[in-house]
Amino acid sequence: MLEVKNILAGNQRAGARMIRLIEDNDPTVFGLLKELYPHVGHAFIIGITGSPGVGKSTLIDALISEFRKLDKKIAVIAVDPTSPFSGGAILGDRLRMQRHATDKRVFIRSMASRGQKGGLSRATKDASIVLDAMGYDIIIIETVGAGQADFDITTLAHSTGIISIPGTGDGIQAVKAGILETGDIFIVNKSDKPDADASVYELKMMISMRKPPNLKITRKTGWTPRVLKTIAQNGTGVKELADTFLSHFDFMKKNNFVDQKRNAMETSYFNSLLQDLTLKKLLLLMKNSKEYKEVLQKIQEGSIDPLSAAEHITSKICIFENND
Amino acid sequence: METKNKIRILIAKPGLDGHDKGAKIVALALRDAGYEVIYSGLHQTLEQITQTATQEAVDIIGLSIMSGAHLPICEKLINMMKEQELNDVYLTVGGVIPYQDIPKLKEMGVAAVFPGGTSFEEITKGMNRLIER
Repeated sequence: MLEVKNILAGNQRAGARMIRLIEDNDPTVFGLLKELYPHVGHAFIIGITGSPGVGKSTLIDALISEFRKLDKKIAVIAVDPTSPFSGGAILGDRLRMQRHATDKRVFIRSMASRGQKGGLSRATKDASIVLDAMGYDIIIIETVGAGQADFDITTLAHSTGIISIPGTGDGIQAVKAGILETGDIFIVNKSDKPDADASVYELKMMISMRKPPNLKITRKTGWTPRVLKTIAQNGTGVKELADTFLSHFDFMKKNNFVDQKRNAMETSYFNSLLQDLTLKKLLLLMKNSKEYKEVLQKIQEGSIDPLSAAEHITSKICIFENND
Repeated sequence: METKNKIRILIAKPGLDGHDKGAKIVALALRDAGYEVIYSGLHQTLEQITQTATQEAVDIIGLSIMSGAHLPICEKLINMMKEQELNDVYLTVGGVIPYQDIPKLKEMGVAAVFPGGTSFEEITKGMNRLIER
């Protein structure tokens, strides 16, 4: 039996099993998470995103080494895509980080996206709660090799690093909307390749043109996103990157943005839980109702179409008074 | 989208043997059978393998061994798995395994052996049977 006290004591076996239950939608998870939740809030959560092949896993491997020098306890959640055809997945991010596998103060967990869009898995948020409660100082979340619109990570991480490589486009790629607007730290990896300086220049230009009043919290903080060059393979620039992440966190703490961010995270977590639970409960109630059975009968007889039927059933929902 | 329980398996290459084509192909076949496959990469120590199995909460470990050292490797690994309380994880082995060694491996506690020449279908069926029982 899974015990909360073992998870809180940082037992990796217990934590890993809890994350497994989360992924498998086990009914006991909700209660366990409730017990863990009072113990979260310590960890600094870093999101790492970027297209496939830019070096996310290799860079995380190098970052782990840097953070370990500062004696931080590190957890990594690495998300890889689930095959839409078989439902299976090859989780290969971890293989770049295997030298840390036996370090007892490092916990690496691979996760398949299981059909979730946005670069993460449904289980990622809940898994980060487990890792935070286990006492990890830094949690690094690696997204699926992301496209231009996969910015779910920014609702989950304190600090988002966006990795690119030289020579992937002219200036227009850098000014497109989406993920590039949400980064706190931009990393040009494989910077020994030609045109690295041009990429840095383009990113800096894009940042200088960002307008402050746009939606995202990161932008309200007055933090100017940094652009750094790295070569993850041999560690060049990685120390500076690790320091920049930490100084971003310090900056947020000093200016009370960590609290703001926590409020935003809790609101979005609450809303997503509400969505899941409401849907589950309402569907159950509806499916057990007399009306549902009647309307289903009518659909099968052909006397009502599915659209009108769904409209009819949902019109029966009446729980809260609408105050406006 | 409802997520149903997936089988998670660690495919690992212990020791100095550098032939990983077989391991990779089996990983792909298992992915196509709906498994979540964690691939360890080459040259793994047994400590790395047990730690990875722990952190990844896998159901099965699949070792790929071509070096001829399958008997001592499996014996040591099974002991380490016991120490780590990985009692509910099945150990399976594939690769260059002489038939006369299969009973010895089974006796040690290896749940299934897939020697060279085993078809993908037999491998996935064999793995499924472990989880079902």
